[in-house]
Amino acid sequence: MSETPQELRYTNTHEWARLDPDGTVCVGISDFAQDALGDVVFIELPETNTEVAAGAEVAVIESVKAASDIYSPVSGEIIRVNDQLTDAPDLVNSEPYDGGWIFVVQPFSDDPNADLLTAEQYQEFCETDSKTH
Amino acid sequence: MKTALYESHVRLDAQIVDFAGWQMPMRYSSTIEEHHAVRKHAGMFDVSHMLTVDFEGSQSSLFLGKLLASDVNKLAIDGQALYTVMLNERGGIIDDLIVYRLHESSFRIVFNAGVAATDLEWVTAWRQTTGFSVSIRPRRDLSIVAVQGPKAINTVIEQLGCPLLREVQPFTSILHNNCFIGRTGYTGEDGVEIICPNVDAPRIWDQLLNAGVIPCGLGARDTLRLEAGMNLNGQDMTSDHTPYECALSWVLDLDASRNFVGQSALEETYRQGIATKLTGIVLQGGVMRSGYEVQSNAGSGTITSGSFSPTLGYSIALARVPRATTGECAVLIRNKQKAGRIVRPPFVRHGEKVHK
Repeated sequence: MSETPQELRYTNTHEWARLDPDGTVCVGISDFAQDALGDVVFIELPETNTEVAAGAEVAVIESVKAASDIYSPVSGEIIRVNDQLTDAPDLVNSEPYDGGWIFVVQPFSDDPNADLLTAEQYQEFCETDSKTH
Repeated sequence: MKTALYESHVRLDAQIVDFAGWQMPMRYSSTIEEHHAVRKHAGMFDVSHMLTVDFEGSQSSLFLGKLLASDVNKLAIDGQALYTVMLNERGGIIDDLIVYRLHESSFRIVFNAGVAATDLEWVTAWRQTTGFSVSIRPRRDLSIVAVQGPKAINTVIEQLGCPLLREVQPFTSILHNNCFIGRTGYTGEDGVEIICPNVDAPRIWDQLLNAGVIPCGLGARDTLRLEAGMNLNGQDMTSDHTPYECALSWVLDLDASRNFVGQSALEETYRQGIATKLTGIVLQGGVMRSGYEVQSNAGSGTITSGSFSPTLGYSIALARVPRATTGECAVLIRNKQKAGRIVRPPFVRHGEKVHK
């Protein structure tokens, strides 16, 4: 079974989002997603200082099998990216919620979690998703 | 459809995917780990979705002489095999295959899963046209397990108790109990393909598994064959492409006496000149995929198979490009030009990088 930490929020495109005390949102992909993708071999990181809308394609993860788009869970400005992934893209597989984080957004909204799924909602979504795939 | 090993795959918690109507394992753990197991130790693949067909009868060598681009009459001894293609009348590739000589008047061919039904219809129709006396027997009662890697042969010798396998040369085969064992494969490593009755397949699989052979899925099969520069039918070659456009002219045996199906069309195509070639590309900083555009000094082309090479640590691809293409090229990845280099496949030989 894949892990779904309670303290994070999720999207139905399988990103996780963590609202940090400084008001920024850190983003990665879920354990469920990394397991479905398989070995991650390359990541096209977003550019910093760009404004993105929630749901916009901002990065690409290449697994051995295929390329997958990564969407921003929230609207805001991308302020940091995880450069470590350039040399070690497999961190997304081995540490999806830690070393495998992808980018940080400074959200426009005061309540960036508002439209995101809770861990429980996301787990339910994954169960339905795996049944239909 | 399910192979006789389906339950074994499920027990190993494989990710199961549909491949040409078959429920096949994509990977058991990690494609990259499975890939390395084959390059360094031994891995095994269930390839029972491929179709074994036996041809038997006094005119079977004449019949296959008509249908295949290589001459089976050149297989001098029982057990010997060759890799070749079966062409349509336009010289296009219907399938690539290995044909084994079982006896003077019987041969075994393994067809690709995706075109097995087409192949079977094709050979049956040609038997009618030629009137040759040959029986065509599809063997869905048989499974195929490919065991590949530097330790594959020794492990099979120990586990199946067949010391004779040590003397078996590449591209030859032996019979051992109920098994047919050919020293062939699709990974670029040494190894065998074991063709056995369906009922025996799970036992052989478990025996090899317990001996430390790593089960490998279609994911690793694809990265391994791509590193070895081997074509995938339906992707790098289709019925619209001649062997000249698929880096397969070496299989052609154009001796006029045989006049095999597609031969005259091939000769005409050759006279008119071949515009494209299938070649290799290496690229860092992205992953090439089938369908991507390639731009070169000689014009544009298309990636036919692309992936990440676990052995090399960067992307490799096969591409169909203008014949004169050499040196540097650009591959269009999500509308961005990435610098690549044209190289001659294979990319990896005996586990080692081929191009500096």
